Amino acid sequence: MQLPNILIIDYNLGNIFSVQNACKYNGTNTIVSNDKKDIESADAIILPGVGAFGDAMANMRKLDLIEPIKDFIHSKKPFMGVCLGMQLLFTESEEFGNHKGLDIIKGQIKKFPTSGSSNNKIKVPQVGWNKLINDKNTQWMNSPLSSINNDSFMYFVHSYFACPEDESVVLSKTVYEDISYCSSVLKENIFATQFHPEKSAETGLNIYANWLNNIHKK
Amino acid sequence: MNNIRIIPRLDIKGPNLVKGIHLEGLRVLGKPEDFARFYYENGADELIYVDVVASLFGRNSLHDIIARTAKDIFIPLTVGGGLRTVEDIKAVLRAGADKVSLNTAAIHNPQIIKEASQKFGSSTIVISIEAIRQKDGSYLAFTDNGREHTGIDVLSWAKRVEELGAGEILLTSVDREGTGLGFDVDLTKMISEAISIPLIVHGGAGRLEHISEIATAGQADAIAIAGAFHYDFILKNKYVESNSNEGNFEFLKSEKTFSKITPFSIEKSKEYLISKKIKTRI
Repeated sequence: MQLPNILIIDYNLGNIFSVQNACKYNGTNTIVSNDKKDIESADAIILPGVGAFGDAMANMRKLDLIEPIKDFIHSKKPFMGVCLGMQLLFTESEEFGNHKGLDIIKGQIKKFPTSGSSNNKIKVPQVGWNKLINDKNTQWMNSPLSSINNDSFMYFVHSYFACPEDESVVLSKTVYEDISYCSSVLKENIFATQFHPEKSAETGLNIYANWLNNIHKK
Repeated sequence: MNNIRIIPRLDIKGPNLVKGIHLEGLRVLGKPEDFARFYYENGADELIYVDVVASLFGRNSLHDIIARTAKDIFIPLTVGGGLRTVEDIKAVLRAGADKVSLNTAAIHNPQIIKEASQKFGSSTIVISIEAIRQKDGSYLAFTDNGREHTGIDVLSWAKRVEELGAGEILLTSVDREGTGLGFDVDLTKMISEAISIPLIVHGGAGRLEHISEIATAGQADAIAIAGAFHYDFILKNKYVESNSNEGNFEFLKSEKTFSKITPFSIEKSKEYLISKKIKTRI
């Protein structure tokens, strides 16, 4: 049997190394590339990302990756987004002015307010461990979160959060200060997380294992 | 309040983990990757590596240690010490670090904060501030492990680095570092109230009470601890090993600890926080 061809997109922003390491830990070798030919021939793709939304879109445009990524996602092959790689799937972001995203999931990326409802100071970015909340019960069973317990801690680093128009794509929620927001999405072949599973110790590695196992089964 | 992060800090000299008092008088404790592995397995929220002599000699010797560490440790790793240029930062991130901490380079050229945070993302750039209390109660920033006077006021510098795009501040009280006398609560509270980015505090942990105090009265978002964890590791593992014969080993052989520091584990520190109704990941 030929091993599936799993690609990590390197568009000069992000934590490629740790994502690749998490896959390797789970016995899966990956290819790192920004060549659109590799995107076309991939069996599964991971889009990582740390940094600014506008820069990320500009880099992808420069590398001519936007249409190949959209085509890949429309082909229904497994696609995983991490952190900024999740946010880029949305319609637009208000980060440093307005920027158009890939518009695969309808919705906006908004900034955390710096004060809460009781005038409490909110530290932005959120940096640290926070809980994944499963408020729909059944949905996790058929997702890479299948083996993950409700209220598991994951590592987050972000100033912006996703607001999907369609609530049904929300896989988990997380509460930062008094803001409850979408911390992962599941939509057909797309699985994406605001947190960094590759930086979330054993529990995070299990999420990669689940996602990768599902690909190997196909 | 958010989940308080507990972060072992590993000071590295050449191939070895070292520990001093007031960031001076370094003693060899062992191989950094052995300690890192143990801390990862025992619930550390992140790790910080600081190459403590790199600034003095202008060298970057950390890359091999970073690569060996990042291979099997899946929590965030911040690396600092001697990083002077955007190229230096890039090299450390490529080796496997998730964040970098800058002190000397930022003081000499504050624009590097802006440049680096735009290039790598704010959350990747931690600004390290080494504070020494002055007779009038103010604090001045120092570089090179508290050796070099800069004349810069810590409070205004903290606000400035936030404006320039820093994602976090690592605040070390040089006066308390290695003493086990507790964190500088006044300093921490003053800085935490003045900034909107997360604050990691370091220097002075000697007992469990110190960590709950700095999380509540000090308003720290994260706590970096070196000595108390390192001595706990050494005692538990009857550990005497290092990467070379470079440095002062007499301390390690003597099985002593500093009298003011009562060694405790990461697990104990977290149990203690929870018992005080302070949120943390367990």
